[in-house]
Amino acid sequence: MSFHPNDLARRARVASWGLVVLFVLLLSAFFRTQILENSRYALQSEENRLREVPLPAPRGIIYGRNNHVIAENVPGYSVLLLSPSADSLRASLNRIATIVPLSSDQIEMAVRRYERAPARPTVLLSDAPFDVVSVLEERRIEFPGLIIQTAPKRFYPDGAAVGSFVGYVGEITDAELASPRYHGYKAGQQVGKGGLEREYEDTLRGREGVRFVEVDARGRVVREAGARQDLLPQAGAPLYTNIDMDLQRFVAGIFADSLQGGAIALDPKTGGVLALYSAPSYDPNQFIGGIPTALWKQLTDDPRHPLYNKVIQGRYPPGSTWKLATAAMALQDGLVTMDEHMPVPCTGGFQFGSRYFRCWDHKGHGSISLAGAIEQSCDVYFYQLGLKLGLANLVAGGLKFGMRERSGIDLPDESRPLFPYADADGYFDRKYGKRGWSQAVVLNLSIGQGENAQTVANMGRFYTALAEGGEAATPEIARRAPRHNRIFTLTDQQMDGLRTALAGVVEAGTARSAQIQGVVLAGKTGTAQNSQDPTRDHAWFVGFAPADNPRIVVAVMLEFGLHGPRAAHIASKIVEAYLHTTTTQFLKAEE
Amino acid sequence: MLRRVVPDVPLVVTALALSAYGVAMVYSAGQTDVPTSALHAWASQLRWLVLGVIAAWGITRGSVRFYEWVTLPAYILSIFLLAALLVIGTGAGTAAGVKSWIAIGGVRLGQPSELAKIAMAMMLARVLAERREPPRSLLDLWKPAAVVAVPWVLIMMQPDLGTGIVFIGIFFAMLFWSGVPLPLLLLLASPAVSLILAFNTNVWGAWFLVLLALVLWYKPFMLEGVALMTANVVMGVVAPILWDRLAPYQRHRLLVFLDPSIDPRNSGWHVIQSQVAIGSGGWLGKGFLEGTQKRLAFLPEQHTDFIFAVLGEELGFLGVTLALALFLFLLFRSVRIAERASDSFGSLLAFGLASSWMVHIMVNVGMTLNLMPITGIPLPFFSYGGSFMLACWLAIGLLARIALEGRGAKVGDLAI
Repeated sequence: MSFHPNDLARRARVASWGLVVLFVLLLSAFFRTQILENSRYALQSEENRLREVPLPAPRGIIYGRNNHVIAENVPGYSVLLLSPSADSLRASLNRIATIVPLSSDQIEMAVRRYERAPARPTVLLSDAPFDVVSVLEERRIEFPGLIIQTAPKRFYPDGAAVGSFVGYVGEITDAELASPRYHGYKAGQQVGKGGLEREYEDTLRGREGVRFVEVDARGRVVREAGARQDLLPQAGAPLYTNIDMDLQRFVAGIFADSLQGGAIALDPKTGGVLALYSAPSYDPNQFIGGIPTALWKQLTDDPRHPLYNKVIQGRYPPGSTWKLATAAMALQDGLVTMDEHMPVPCTGGFQFGSRYFRCWDHKGHGSISLAGAIEQSCDVYFYQLGLKLGLANLVAGGLKFGMRERSGIDLPDESRPLFPYADADGYFDRKYGKRGWSQAVVLNLSIGQGENAQTVANMGRFYTALAEGGEAATPEIARRAPRHNRIFTLTDQQMDGLRTALAGVVEAGTARSAQIQGVVLAGKTGTAQNSQDPTRDHAWFVGFAPADNPRIVVAVMLEFGLHGPRAAHIASKIVEAYLHTTTTQFLKAEE
Repeated sequence: MLRRVVPDVPLVVTALALSAYGVAMVYSAGQTDVPTSALHAWASQLRWLVLGVIAAWGITRGSVRFYEWVTLPAYILSIFLLAALLVIGTGAGTAAGVKSWIAIGGVRLGQPSELAKIAMAMMLARVLAERREPPRSLLDLWKPAAVVAVPWVLIMMQPDLGTGIVFIGIFFAMLFWSGVPLPLLLLLASPAVSLILAFNTNVWGAWFLVLLALVLWYKPFMLEGVALMTANVVMGVVAPILWDRLAPYQRHRLLVFLDPSIDPRNSGWHVIQSQVAIGSGGWLGKGFLEGTQKRLAFLPEQHTDFIFAVLGEELGFLGVTLALALFLFLLFRSVRIAERASDSFGSLLAFGLASSWMVHIMVNVGMTLNLMPITGIPLPFFSYGGSFMLACWLAIGLLARIALEGRGAKVGDLAI
């Protein structure tokens, strides 16, 4: 080799420069990765090691009057699983199934949840019993992705007594996730289902927190806490309601198991719902943490339809309770006075054209005044009053009274009553054909039969107007500013007349069985033909008390209750319970 | 006084600093949330370091002349060991399929290829030093080429691609240091370039024209020129055939090198996680022992091949700069020793040893950022591995001795 120092020095220079160039290139590569692209890699590194475990927020507590708790949270346990893949999840679940009871349904459900949100820990059991938790905790080392955490669990202390309006909570469904109403929700979260829980979801839900757990490359949980500052959940706001839990419990108790129907009690001044019960009810606590298939089947197969709310969903011909609507319209239009008699006295029926319309009492009521007709619920009187009003007025009046509108109660899934629309002729033309009907429909409508089916809640709302001189109050479960709506205007004298007649119903009329010691109950019975079974009519009673200064409006409907008096009896018990147990102290409505 | 005990203080201090840095990183690599076999590696590494330092000191006691004399036996011995490995060698760890370990009674003693690198550098230095003139033609290169080819073939049979690359790196570096003109080196390397470029016909065609120009300008012997061009054509033709004959895992590795994201959970995992580890380090890193990628086992081979990623994650750009600066200084110092060596054997050997480190550093560090394919070459003074630590310190010993006898050494330094 050429070993001259000059040659070596030259090569050493070349080599040194070569080294410098290579190292500068290497260092610049590190500069790019570590400094310029740092944020990207830092994020990726955090995503590698951290898994977000949602911390469910405690839902807002639902209170009744006097701070009775209707819905609260109790400590529960949820079991979650972190998995790198669906296959690995399935394998873990199959192993877990060998030590704790886990149905194949639950496994499939968990896998589906995983597929919806692979990055979130998969909820395996949202309400795990303590023995399951302790078994899993003991053998946790075998299940590296297992997370067991306390999670607030919804509890309804009164169970079935509040099932008719409180609703329940459950895991959000795919359909709900897709709807704009649940924008921002994530798969696996609990949402209100039905009742107040759903109606006031936004108030009650609170804000979910996040706990960060650290996992290793295989998805095993290495550090459960302190990997990063947790975001604490924010409890939902409480919901104050008008429900009087003492009364609610009483109402729930008074509906014997054999009875099937609904009742609503309202404060006539504010529309506040004091009690709302649909019988038979169900215990919403059973629905928490997932509805067992067998229970669901049992409830949906039950011929008495416990899941069907007979206060706000069931629609029944209002029968004679409607006669007050006909009377109020006629009085308002000056077509009749309380003392006025109709041209044809009641002989047990009424001939209209070629058809003979019966009165409920075949013996007949003779010639009676409007007051008497209300007391005795004389059909023949009201046939004639209806004819006097005419179809158009009858329908227009009904619409004015809100008989085609939902009551507006703050519960989801309320049914809209069935009633003709303003173009009554058009309505019947469409229904029966141009020549398929006659003015005879007026007779039916005037006594609350025919094309008229109301919810219990809506009849309750109508009677608040009878109690309060024409001001109907919208039923409100949540305590907030009352909403009033004047639906008719009568003179004081007319109002007094109606009230006296209604009091007479209980005093001496069709609801004599409903008399209460020391309280004047004013109300109207009703018997509605049952389209499904003509031999078993629905029984109604809607009324208020005390008659001179109403503090409670009650609407009771018994499916297949046969006769109004039975409903009246129940209503009187409700009124009695309320007036005898509550002080005269009125709660102010809250926003 | 220090000089009497420690020849070439800057070299030794730099090597000690790098070793201390390395042992610290091996210690950190063992500190994970997930139990790992690397937990106690640092202690073993420290023992090997002490052994290496003692051995290096021992090496400095012998003369360069003596080492020139033992070159041939050492070379033959290493060839013998490499050949024996093919029969009795065992694999280890992730490279279980590679017969690179020598073991007696189940106890792995070490990887002979690490020592073979030094033996080959010595042999190459001897062969090149014999010549008065540097090789001017390809024909002149047959002897040095043969010196490298024999161990290289044996190593490729293990198969250990990484060490093979190091051998070739040393070969070219030492040819350069012996005075072989750069164009000739380029011509020598051209068939390999052809092999790579052959996958794109246009690029390969352009390369062929460049090569032709180079041949016309450099004017080698006619026969050589023809042979060279033929070799390039042959390489271009056999490349696809060779590709087909590669083991699937090798092919996969090359493809993943080009784009790690094609297989993020398997083959691409190493390099992706290494980049994430380094990139998330930022300026100052996550702190010593605090690397999450390492701690939670996202980073594979954290105490061996990817130790530099641990460094990058925990100590950041600053730590990387410090490590690279130390390496650069070590190499500068080695080049200086080569420049000032008293004879051509020492000079060539010093440069050969430095180039060996150079290739290791470039390939290993480059690999952590996906600038180089993953070949499993350790990082000098850092990667956990006894033989390699020992080999690095033997090289330090040789360099120190060469420095001691070289120009610039004080009179009396040799008196011991």
